[in-house]
Amino acid sequence: MLKINKLHKSYPIGDSSLHVLKGIDLSVDSGEMVAIMGSSGSGKSTLLNIIGMLDEADEGEYILDNVPIKNLTEKKAAIYRNKFLGFIFQSFNLINYKNALDNVALPLYYQGLKRKERIEKGLFHLEKVGLKAWAEHLPNELSGGQKQRVAIARALAADPKLLLADEPTGALDTKTSYEIMAFLQQLNDEGKTILIVTHEEDIADMCKRIVRLVDGVIMEDKFVEQVRASQYV
Amino acid sequence: MFDRDLWREIFQSINMNRTRTLLSGFTVTFAILLFAILFGITNGLTNTFDDAFKDDATNSIFIMSGRTTKANKGLQAGRQIQFKNEDYDYIKEEFGEKVQYITARIYKNVNASFQNEKNSYSVRAVHPDHQYLENTEVTIGRYINQLDLNEKTKVVVIGRLVENDLFLKTTALGKYINLNGIQYKVVGVFEDDGGDNEERLIYMPITTAQQIYGNNDYIDQINLTYNPKMGYDQAIAFSSLLTRKLKDRFSVAESDQRAVRVRNLANEAKGINQMTSGLGMIVLVIGFGTLIAGVVGISNIMIFIVKERTKEIGIRKALGASPKSIVSIILMESVLITLIAGFVGLVLGMGILELIGPSLEKFFIKDPKVSLNLVIGATITLIVAGGIAGYLPAKKASRIKPIVALRDD
Ligand SMILES: Nc1ncnc2c1ncn2[C@@H]1O[C@H](COP(=O)(O)OP(=O)(O)O)[C@@H](O)[C@H]1O
Ligand SMILES: [Mg+2]
Repeated sequence: MLKINKLHKSYPIGDSSLHVLKGIDLSVDSGEMVAIMGSSGSGKSTLLNIIGMLDEADEGEYILDNVPIKNLTEKKAAIYRNKFLGFIFQSFNLINYKNALDNVALPLYYQGLKRKERIEKGLFHLEKVGLKAWAEHLPNELSGGQKQRVAIARALAADPKLLLADEPTGALDTKTSYEIMAFLQQLNDEGKTILIVTHEEDIADMCKRIVRLVDGVIMEDKFVEQVRASQYV
Repeated sequence: MFDRDLWREIFQSINMNRTRTLLSGFTVTFAILLFAILFGITNGLTNTFDDAFKDDATNSIFIMSGRTTKANKGLQAGRQIQFKNEDYDYIKEEFGEKVQYITARIYKNVNASFQNEKNSYSVRAVHPDHQYLENTEVTIGRYINQLDLNEKTKVVVIGRLVENDLFLKTTALGKYINLNGIQYKVVGVFEDDGGDNEERLIYMPITTAQQIYGNNDYIDQINLTYNPKMGYDQAIAFSSLLTRKLKDRFSVAESDQRAVRVRNLANEAKGINQMTSGLGMIVLVIGFGTLIAGVVGISNIMIFIVKERTKEIGIRKALGASPKSIVSIILMESVLITLIAGFVGLVLGMGILELIGPSLEKFFIKDPKVSLNLVIGATITLIVAGGIAGYLPAKKASRIKPIVALRDD
């Protein structure tokens, strides 16, 4: 699915620069559910953003679905993001003046689908996250857990190969977090490849593989026995 | 551009931020409102001037005579100058090419009757060219022609209102009208834009009038139009030369203002033309100045909007929005705001002109209106202005990096 070799990333800070990723090697097969763990500031989001083509590495190699990702034009990057990737964020990042359905259908708009088709697909995915009845509601009328489910439906709408979630449960209470994880596990069971950035052990334990980042390098990379979230909900 | 979904996106965003949109459009509304009103008033002034000349061709020169006020060449003051046919011929011969149309005029007041209907009217005895000098429009029949002059026929061409008055609901053409006891055949009926008085006139051949009313070759006035190829300055030089030659011909002092009077509409037309085009320039400068202020205003607010929507634009990009789609959404929004704001100004301006128009007549502003051309021109200008206003903000928006926009802080 994806392969990363000797990846480096630095941020310029004043005159000097901050070396955040110091040679990352990582490969993920399709159907995996990987937790990227690490303390705050260890470079988890930076790595995920590079994988999501929201940012570019300074050095190293990144191949996604057999396509080398390097020096992409903005236009190309937009097409890849739309076709290959679905994003889930800690703060949901829904567009506040669009209702749930319009939010979910937005990636389909950028795929160039007709409105009728967008509504159909959008409703289908909203139903999948159990929020079909909330289609006409604006984000501020939804609870945190509901917002994250709308965001997941949106990430799924374009049927991406890879789901990228940056602290998807970071803004949610434990119970809601487990509900979201149960849902992500279900998606993974259905075959979706998922990368989850988290600093919470219990969330990481619900994945099938844990990659530990410390100070910009991978300290540990192990497969684990997946804890099913459904037993807690 | 005609993508319905794009418009839906734009309307959603505008609808979301109604107050902000209203505020950003205000300057443009004001600019167009101001422009429409000023433009309408300039139009109104032009209308008033046009109206004053409507009756006559704008390249007209009128030649009239009176009593001398100064002694000259051994002749005393107070002498009456009388034009005759030979003076008419002289002008035609002397100035040839420079004269487009020329006619003499004799004035006469008559009591006219047809069967039981009676009324008094002014008669103008003229040459055939008179028709073109007065913008007379013959609706039925014909005008006076050269044959009438040669034969001194007793024919008349009557105004629409004369026909109304005397012939009531019947047609006058071919019938005989009685003027001071003599029967004339009506060979034509005319209309004239110059007002009711102009349509209560009767035209007859000049030679007929000379024979019947005095058996002489006197004429009261000579009207001509100069060759329209001449500019104002040439025309004014021409009329000066004409005046000098005529004064010389009648031994009138150069400085005598009454004996031979030549009135040239070019003098007045030139002044008015300069004034209206000057006004037009001022209106354009004011309008454009305000519009530029409006464009800067919209541009500023759009930049602010883009800043405010940084996160949203970042989200859109993460979901696969191309830079082009971001640019077009901002650009279209800017064009739409500008266009709507401009149209509001235009409609307001037209409404205000409609309301205050009638009360402006005493300031020589008649029927102030905005022309269709202005509406079309304004629309194009507004689209361009909106595009210019949106360019920088759109550029800024397309450069937003999703990671920067999406950072949680
Ligand atoms: N755009 C940036 N400019 C400068 N420093 C950055 C930028 N983004 C992240 N950093 C820094 O890089 C380090 C890693 O950040 P991040 O990948 O967000 O860590 P994590 O997600 O593991 O908490 C942090 O010290 C952060 O302050
Ligand atoms: Mg982070």
